Amino acid sequence: MPVDYLPILVMLIVVSAFAAIALTISALVGPRRPTPAKLSPYESGMPPFGSARRRVPVKYYLTAVLFILFDIEIIFFYPWAVLFRQLGWFGLIEMALFVLVLLVGYVYVWRKGGFDWD
Amino acid sequence: MSLSVPDLNLRIIAPVLIVAISALVVLLGELVTSSAQKRGLGYASLVGLLAAGGAAMGLWDAHAVAFREMVRADNFGVFLTLTILAGAVLCILLSFDFTRAHRIETGEYYALILFSVTGMLLMVTAADLIIIFLALELLSLPLYILAAFKREDERSLEAGLKYFLLGAFSSAFFLYGIALVYGATGTTNLARIAASAPSEMLLIGAGLLLVGFAFKVALVPFHWWTPDVYEGAPTTITAFMSVAVKAAAFGAFLRAFLVALPALAMDWRVVLAIIAVLTMTLGNVAALLQANIKRMLAYSSIAHAGYILIALVAMGGAGVSAALFYLLAYTLTNLGAFGAVIALGEGERERLNVSDYGGLARMQPLLAAMLTVFMLSLAGFPPFAGFVGKFLIFGAAVQNGWAWLAVVGVLNSLVSVYFYLRPVVAMYMSEPVEGWGAPRVAPLVALALVLALIGVIALGVFPAPAIALAAGGLGR
Repeated sequence: MPVDYLPILVMLIVVSAFAAIALTISALVGPRRPTPAKLSPYESGMPPFGSARRRVPVKYYLTAVLFILFDIEIIFFYPWAVLFRQLGWFGLIEMALFVLVLLVGYVYVWRKGGFDWD
Repeated sequence: MSLSVPDLNLRIIAPVLIVAISALVVLLGELVTSSAQKRGLGYASLVGLLAAGGAAMGLWDAHAVAFREMVRADNFGVFLTLTILAGAVLCILLSFDFTRAHRIETGEYYALILFSVTGMLLMVTAADLIIIFLALELLSLPLYILAAFKREDERSLEAGLKYFLLGAFSSAFFLYGIALVYGATGTTNLARIAASAPSEMLLIGAGLLLVGFAFKVALVPFHWWTPDVYEGAPTTITAFMSVAVKAAAFGAFLRAFLVALPALAMDWRVVLAIIAVLTMTLGNVAALLQANIKRMLAYSSIAHAGYILIALVAMGGAGVSAALFYLLAYTLTNLGAFGAVIALGEGERERLNVSDYGGLARMQPLLAAMLTVFMLSLAGFPPFAGFVGKFLIFGAAVQNGWAWLAVVGVLNSLVSVYFYLRPVVAMYMSEPVEGWGAPRVAPLVALALVLALIGVIALGVFPAPAIALAAGGLGR
């Protein structure tokens, strides 16, 4: 029944009102003494320099994509490892074939220089 | 707890496995071959495809299911497997000299085609929505890359990006459709979906599945990517996409709707009939306005998807066999037409405008005659394959009480004659255009054209054997 969701609606209104009131009061009443340190983006981090819109080498992109590829393949090992005994020889051979296919991709990327930084 | 090993029947998926292994071999071969030896990788791909064809023929009349009813070997699947393999073989024959002229001759090119074919073969043997989705992605991802394979060409990159973004979007629709179907029936197996009671959620799921399929085979209103992608992609890839993707996606489309959702036929038949009318009409009318021959063939492929959809609306054995025959006829004819366009290219230049075809009949009478045959077959003139295909489809529609749809189809075929004959008119009745030398046709391209020509004429003159093979093979 839609009426069962009424507490959620009430909650929503209370939360919004609380946030709005808290922000408004602190903006009106709170003291304001800005210093350069307080205004910097990372108050206790390194001082920022230059523009954020710099060019980033595309090498990062390739590394990231390769990482995701092999990372996701690793995920498939977990269920197999958990059920290793039940799956027995069938699972072992199946996984060996899977790794073999993966290895072809690995060799390809390696020989094509996908892992070379420069 | 004990786990049972799924019923392994590697024979059923032997064609898929053979193509997948040859793809891996070609990919590794790319690493050890010099740039002058890349041609050998193409030959290796051909061997793999032909071996897969042999394995597929061994599955004729096998009628088996395996892998927990996830894949099924029936004559429907084998027929489409052979159709797709024929398309891939012709495409690779056309590719040897094209890739060299366009400086894209690499092992990856052949490997990606083979990976895509792997997905297509899996798609037509799949008996479960999850496998259909897996195959759909496996056939699409390599094609996204292949569409953008001419990396220096902006149009090719645009084609790849467009195809990728829209394709990913449509895959999401498809997956959502599977989720809803599963929610409504508790299974993704096509036969078990058919056995469960129809519900509204199942209908919505079917609608989303329809969106996914409609995108892949380019049905209105999910056709917008087609002209841009077909124009920008390398011509060999356009040829491959226009035939093989259609055969694979229509295979799964027919199987999903006829095996899993016949109980909802009352609802989806009308929708598909309307889509068929829109698709045919828009495809043919838009093709009238195209000056670029690749765009023209792109719109023509949209129109042909509309004709094949009539066969699905007609349902029954006649509809299925008409669709299969049409897909085979369309594969050979369209590859022939694209093959002629490829054969007429000069280095990196291609004759893309209809006016570029002026006077070719005098310079290359044989090639001009071939292109004429392919165009006539696309338009549906007897005695070529396209005529028999249209005859079967419209016949099936009339038989099953959709005569008005057949009439719309015939009227559309009439419209299409105009644009199919425009290059023919240019070839025979215009003066040669300045700036083009006499085309020289490479032997392998000539071989592909002759094979396609033999197929188109044989299917047109002696259609009976192929019709018999296409009949009644859909296993339930």
